Amino acid sequence: MNAAAQFDRGEGLETSTFTVDGLRCAACIAKLESGLPQISGVVSARVNFTSKRVRIDHAATLADEDLLSAIDRLGFKAQLFVGESDAAAKRESRMLMTALAVAGFAAMNVMLLSVSIWSGAEGATRTLFHWLSAAIALPAIAYAGRPFFRSAWSALRHGRTNMDVPISIGVVLTAAMSLYETMIGGAHAYFDGAVMLLFFLLAGRFLDSAMRARAADGVAALMRRVPSDALVRLPDGTTQRRLAAELAPGMRLLVAAGERIGADGVVEQGRSSVDCSLVTGESIAVAVGCGDTVLAGTINLSGPLTIRVTAAGDATMVADIARLMESATQGKSRYVRIADRASRLYAPAVHSLAALSLVGWLIAGAGLHQALTVAVAVLIITCPCALGLAVPIAQVVAAGALMRAGVLIKDGSALERLAGANEVLLDKTGTVTLGRVEPLSGMPDRPTECGILLSLARASRHPLSVAIAAWLEQKGAVEIALSDTIEHPGLGVAARIGEQVVRLGRPDWVGVAGTGGDQVSAAFRVGAGPVRLMIFGDALRPDAAAAIERLRGQGLVPRLLSGDAVAVVDTISGTLGIAGRARMAPADKYRIVEESAALGRKVLMVGDGLNDGPAMKRAYVAMAPASGTDVSQLAADLVFFGDRLMPVPIAIAAARRTMRVVRQNFGLAIGYNLLAVPLAIAGQVTPLIAALAMSGSSLLVVANALRLRRAAR
Amino acid sequence: MTGLVILIPIALVLGLAGLGAFFWAARSGQFEDLDGAALRILIDDENQPDPR
Repeated sequence: MNAAAQFDRGEGLETSTFTVDGLRCAACIAKLESGLPQISGVVSARVNFTSKRVRIDHAATLADEDLLSAIDRLGFKAQLFVGESDAAAKRESRMLMTALAVAGFAAMNVMLLSVSIWSGAEGATRTLFHWLSAAIALPAIAYAGRPFFRSAWSALRHGRTNMDVPISIGVVLTAAMSLYETMIGGAHAYFDGAVMLLFFLLAGRFLDSAMRARAADGVAALMRRVPSDALVRLPDGTTQRRLAAELAPGMRLLVAAGERIGADGVVEQGRSSVDCSLVTGESIAVAVGCGDTVLAGTINLSGPLTIRVTAAGDATMVADIARLMESATQGKSRYVRIADRASRLYAPAVHSLAALSLVGWLIAGAGLHQALTVAVAVLIITCPCALGLAVPIAQVVAAGALMRAGVLIKDGSALERLAGANEVLLDKTGTVTLGRVEPLSGMPDRPTECGILLSLARASRHPLSVAIAAWLEQKGAVEIALSDTIEHPGLGVAARIGEQVVRLGRPDWVGVAGTGGDQVSAAFRVGAGPVRLMIFGDALRPDAAAAIERLRGQGLVPRLLSGDAVAVVDTISGTLGIAGRARMAPADKYRIVEESAALGRKVLMVGDGLNDGPAMKRAYVAMAPASGTDVSQLAADLVFFGDRLMPVPIAIAAARRTMRVVRQNFGLAIGYNLLAVPLAIAGQVTPLIAALAMSGSSLLVVANALRLRRAAR
Repeated sequence: MTGLVILIPIALVLGLAGLGAFFWAARSGQFEDLDGAALRILIDDENQPDPR
């Protein structure tokens, strides 16, 4: 990995990060880290096993698609990871960690001194220990307390109050009181309590920041899919590269095979197949000819096309989707997390309680010093340290369990929202199905035939060829050498073996008339032998039926939304026994989610395509498979790995368990406080009792949360 | 009492050393990939000599 450091960043070196599916062991790490640098242009690769990502330093000339196919050849499924956590969130997380370390160090040492005081140190020794505690605790509070002081100050300045206000007042008052006690040689100093409070609160804060949503802009990722320039044919017949922003309706674009189309338009010349997965989410390429409509951002696969632009820039379909997603995002940010809701009630209650005890003792005739001591004790006892841990610890433990089960949580509030979901909408392609084309029938089984077919299939990059090659490789077929291999664009591949001609391609080209109805098919023939007609389709995820059944058992009613044809959707919804809607455009899906939301339902949207993006953003909570587009993964709150659909109901079950534990934790923490508060108001709380109450309730909350370690079942 | 004069500073210095070590570890990215580190020890890298 150190090779990268020897390269100057200025020499066109880029870093790309990919999410890799199927990372399981040391051998996988070694395979990627030693395999990728052998590709020219790749400087180094570093796997992060915990986050299942690989970071590749490579020459800028190497496109992400090349790297993806390189990872694919090494035997892994990968997706470009664009949601790199932003620098600010990372800095905050690191700052909390160092503050936590300082508070932990101070808490341990002050506690050590406090234990000797509690066990009977007196006179000069006690004063010395108090001074030592002050010397450790005061700088530590000044350093580790900053996150709370800052947040409390900004809340107060705007005339609001939050959880950090009672914390800051409590900590500062406690430290000041204890310093005064130390100076007059008093018996009780609460330095240990103040530092321990900070430690527990910072632990909660740190866990929470680890779970926080990584600000990721799905909209930007979406617009990156539209090429930044296009080749325009001018009226005088010459061609010129123009920026995408300069395109206008009526212009004629030349799109080479393999290029992304830069604007919406109508085909004027040429035949080709177009990969529309970006917009429709359907994996099988669509054949287009003169007069057919093509959309910006889709990929022209096989032949050159001339396109008359009908919409460009902000008027394209992709830009529409981006706008829908943007408006949906604004709605989602309104969700208030359970911890924040709790603190809104908690802070005023604590303040008034402390103020009342102060006033009460003053009225009862106590001196200012004694009344203040009691008020500080009330603040310390009620300080929400167990409360601050209650939510994050449960969520972190559950997130760890889910991670082991193959579900990645991207947003801190995802579990809270998932637990509340009461309606499930599923996309078809890539979500309920595997989203890849697979041969369903008609494949040869004799080794020689398989070998020839494999050689032919490898000669083309057509999606069906790729699917055939992958299927045969999995079955262990061995390539048989062919001669004169030629790819006829739009038709198929032909080659010779000895005197025989072998062909793989469109059925009518190979020699059969029927194409098997609506189904996608290809034919294969050796010499004058029988024609093999191979039918392709998108297979269901192996446990789709079981997963749907479990969703139903959880009281949810799954529905299928697909952009695909009615017949295909009917077959699948029939097999699974759920309602399905076909021919849904991105805006239709969005509308359905919106209608459900208007009825007060909380929708879980599971989707993988860009076309699901707006609906996923609008939904109460969203999940995406790791094999989905990066846009869907950015729009999702949870991402699941692997070929199974079961992680969806598993995540729902785990989320519900987590929220049960969170509520128990609130109960435990508040119950604990309710027991200790009367003691504090009565002025009976010594530093020892405060320390016991604080650590006791925090331990209880943590122990309860640890029960979630096996929540992902 | 005299023992404390020596022992308490020693305890504090050792504690601070631990804190310093933690700061260094966090800053140099030792906690970035906890599960990966456990697995990397199993990688047999005889045939790929250290590039440095």
